[in-house]
Amino acid sequence: MDNGTQLSTDRETPLIKVSHLGITFGGLRAVNDFNLEIGENELVGLIGPNGAGKTTVFNLLTGVYVPTEGDYFFLGQRMNGKKTHQVVQSGIARTFQNIRLFKQMTVLENVKVAMNPYYSYNLFSALFRTGKYWESEAENEAKARELLEIFNLQDKADYIAENLPYGQQRKLEIARALATGMKLLLLDEPAAGMNPTETAELLECIRIIRQRFNISILLIEHDMSLVMKICEHIIVIDYGTTIARGTPEEISSDPKVIAAYLGEED
Amino acid sequence: MKMPQEIKKASTMNLIAVAILLGAIAWLGFAQVFSSYIVGIFWLSCIGIIMATSLNLTNGFLGQMALGHAGFMLIGAYTSALLSLAMVRADVLAGEGVQQLIRFVICIVASALLAGLFGILVGIPALRLRGDYLAIITLGFGEIIRVVIQGIPWAGADGLGQGSASPVLYKTGLGFNNATKSHYMFFIALLTVLCVAVILTFIRSRFGRAIISIRDDEIASAASGIDTTFYKVMGFAFSAMFAGIAGSIFAACYSSLNTGNMGFMASVNYFVMVVFGGMGSITGSIVAAIGLTTLNEALRSFDEYRMLVYSVVLVLMMIFRPTGLMGTYEFSLTKTLGRFRGKGAGKKQEEEVQA
Amino acid sequence: MSEFIQQAINGLRMGSVYALIALGYTMVYGIIRLINFAHGDFIMVGAYTMIFVIPVMLGFGLPAWTAVAAAVIVASAVGVTTEAVAYRPVRKRGTRMSALITAIAMSLFLENLAQVLFTSNPRVIKASIFSLPAVQIGAVKIDGTTLATIAIAAVTMVGLQLFIHKTKMGRAMRAVSEDKQASILMGINVNRTITLTFAIGSALAAVAALMYCAQYPSVMPTMGSMLGLKAFVAAVLGGIGIMPGAMLGGLTIGLVESLSKAYSATLTGGIITSAFSDAVVFGILIIVLLVKPAGILGKNQGEKV
Repeated sequence: MDNGTQLSTDRETPLIKVSHLGITFGGLRAVNDFNLEIGENELVGLIGPNGAGKTTVFNLLTGVYVPTEGDYFFLGQRMNGKKTHQVVQSGIARTFQNIRLFKQMTVLENVKVAMNPYYSYNLFSALFRTGKYWESEAENEAKARELLEIFNLQDKADYIAENLPYGQQRKLEIARALATGMKLLLLDEPAAGMNPTETAELLECIRIIRQRFNISILLIEHDMSLVMKICEHIIVIDYGTTIARGTPEEISSDPKVIAAYLGEED
Repeated sequence: MKMPQEIKKASTMNLIAVAILLGAIAWLGFAQVFSSYIVGIFWLSCIGIIMATSLNLTNGFLGQMALGHAGFMLIGAYTSALLSLAMVRADVLAGEGVQQLIRFVICIVASALLAGLFGILVGIPALRLRGDYLAIITLGFGEIIRVVIQGIPWAGADGLGQGSASPVLYKTGLGFNNATKSHYMFFIALLTVLCVAVILTFIRSRFGRAIISIRDDEIASAASGIDTTFYKVMGFAFSAMFAGIAGSIFAACYSSLNTGNMGFMASVNYFVMVVFGGMGSITGSIVAAIGLTTLNEALRSFDEYRMLVYSVVLVLMMIFRPTGLMGTYEFSLTKTLGRFRGKGAGKKQEEEVQA
Repeated sequence: MSEFIQQAINGLRMGSVYALIALGYTMVYGIIRLINFAHGDFIMVGAYTMIFVIPVMLGFGLPAWTAVAAAVIVASAVGVTTEAVAYRPVRKRGTRMSALITAIAMSLFLENLAQVLFTSNPRVIKASIFSLPAVQIGAVKIDGTTLATIAIAAVTMVGLQLFIHKTKMGRAMRAVSEDKQASILMGINVNRTITLTFAIGSALAAVAALMYCAQYPSVMPTMGSMLGLKAFVAAVLGGIGIMPGAMLGGLTIGLVESLSKAYSATLTGGIITSAFSDAVVFGILIIVLLVKPAGILGKNQGEKV
């Protein structure tokens, strides 16, 4: 059975190992027998036509849905049935197709929310503002600003998030995901709605964060040229089923993929 | 303390301002300068401030529409009344003066804890629902609390009056007379300031940020590692705790207790304060609580017209200014002073943010 | 046993009143996703109308219940006006939270307006509304008012179902509650459909007022709030936005209320007395919402990610 082994022949323990994952919604099989392995610092692309079940895969991996079949392991730990915040704390973070920022909060606060576990003070310290409160606040604020700098958002730290231009909102969402301290980043169509300049900037960003934080990325993207450019491996799904997997070259010449995208020729 | 320098300066200034305010209230209260009418308004304003700011925590900051806040106030009021009655009967701290104060403080703490506990008990099931459904379920819980307290033989309709039909509070050692109420003005003001301060520090901590993030986008909040259920219940219970404190003050302020005073309409009344002031603005809640309480009392003889006008204003507000008077604005002493001095340190910052 | 049946029949009578009111809540919620807090007050409007019209009708030699025609007209007018003056502008500009606040405000407005106009003292309808003989079936005696109430409720509900499913306007209402945008594209006048929904909902409230007053002939400004609240609980119980759900919920609440009043004290050894019957009603609502958040007949829908 081809269950993603070709993606990871040269590794002992992958970061994430998904086997035979599936979910059924009232008789409808949205995702079926999904297999995936991602190693350290790897960038994998997940593509497929509209409604193929890509975002459902993300929802399964982040605990929004509980899989009805199969299971998945992250850093050797079984993740089925974990709640979203537990998944995040284990080290998987995501962005959303339709950007979901904390709109009324400032850019800096958006990042601080994701850093919540790193704040070491308890409720008492917070209410009575003990030394620990100020220490922890200052320390984490510095970290948050550092992170914003990577995305060139340091000057916008005190802006209300919804007032940022579109491209920067996307970046902030990625920055926020990074702030959780994750190991695996799930990006849901990060380039959607971006102009070529913004897309180029985004690519540069992804390159930098991969280097700097040594993270792995699973990317959903519609822009095929982008996927071909940056992904080391690509998985193609259609109607919830994996129809192809391999390197960008293999994928681009796969007849099944072409058929799925362009429709069958009779 | 490792407080940043400019914050240190600002908080010192705030402390001085609050101290002056409290000092003035203490002096005026102990000298019994005010008529019982004014003292009454003062107490009710303090209750209103605590109720509105704490309700704002749930409705404005946590973004969960709760309509049963008065239920927790009711728990606080009856806890205080019954506990005080028990203490008076057992002759523990039953006297006047300092003993009364200590007894009152014990009642307040007990009320806060019990209301908070009920906040957790109600919050865990209720907060699984959202929006309209949450509004209904909290309304339902508020009514249940009211009906149950009313039905309990030793608490409700004829429980507190030691055999008499009316639940008279002065026999419980609460339900202060006018002179005592005037003396207690300082204490009540201090308590109110403490409550508001604690709510503010809560909001401006990691806990508050988690709560506001849930309001802005619950799904994104969970995806940022926030345990949304935990923080929702925490915010809700925290808010209920303050309603308990307000209930305790209520029991000291009135000479009798009646569950009818703290039903759905009371919840709506505090809710109106939050909406008027602006959901998400503590300053707004304080201003609205004082303003509406004063207005309520001033227009007491036109009671029906008053509610008529309120409802019309509320509708107009929803049409033309749904964010309330203050939106999410918060008053800052240093910024305001800075503006007066023309240095505009605060103003500049604000403009930058708005730009 | 016969006492139980008697209580159950009383429950059905009250349940039919709740069901009619609940239908109004559910229709409005189905079409604009708003809990119309003022709906309970439409009952009060209907009841006050009857206070004034019943003597006139009696003067013409007509039976008292014919006053319901006037009540229906006035309540519908108030309902439609509320929609047009308050809800529609807020719907255009505000959020769901501001819409809900507006609904609460309109409820306050109507209650206090009634208080200003008629004072808070209860007024009593002196004429008996239905003068029908009681029916004896075995040991169970059903009085005329109860029979008339249940019969009117049944007829109204069947009529409403026919209207919703067999007429063009009914179809438009269903379409708008399914998908407002698509309905506009299909050439449906959405605002007119919403107005119609309010008119029908308020008319049902007026009919409910007749049924309620036949049993409890005391009318006051706040009479609608608790009645409305319980009917609303009924609507949520059955699944808000679903019309059969409102009927089911209404009857359930009526039965639960009547039976819990009669038996809770004996069943629980005096711990839960009849004083707690309102708490029992809300308690059931809470349990149902927790087990099935969308109500008995509702479909659960999560937010799309």
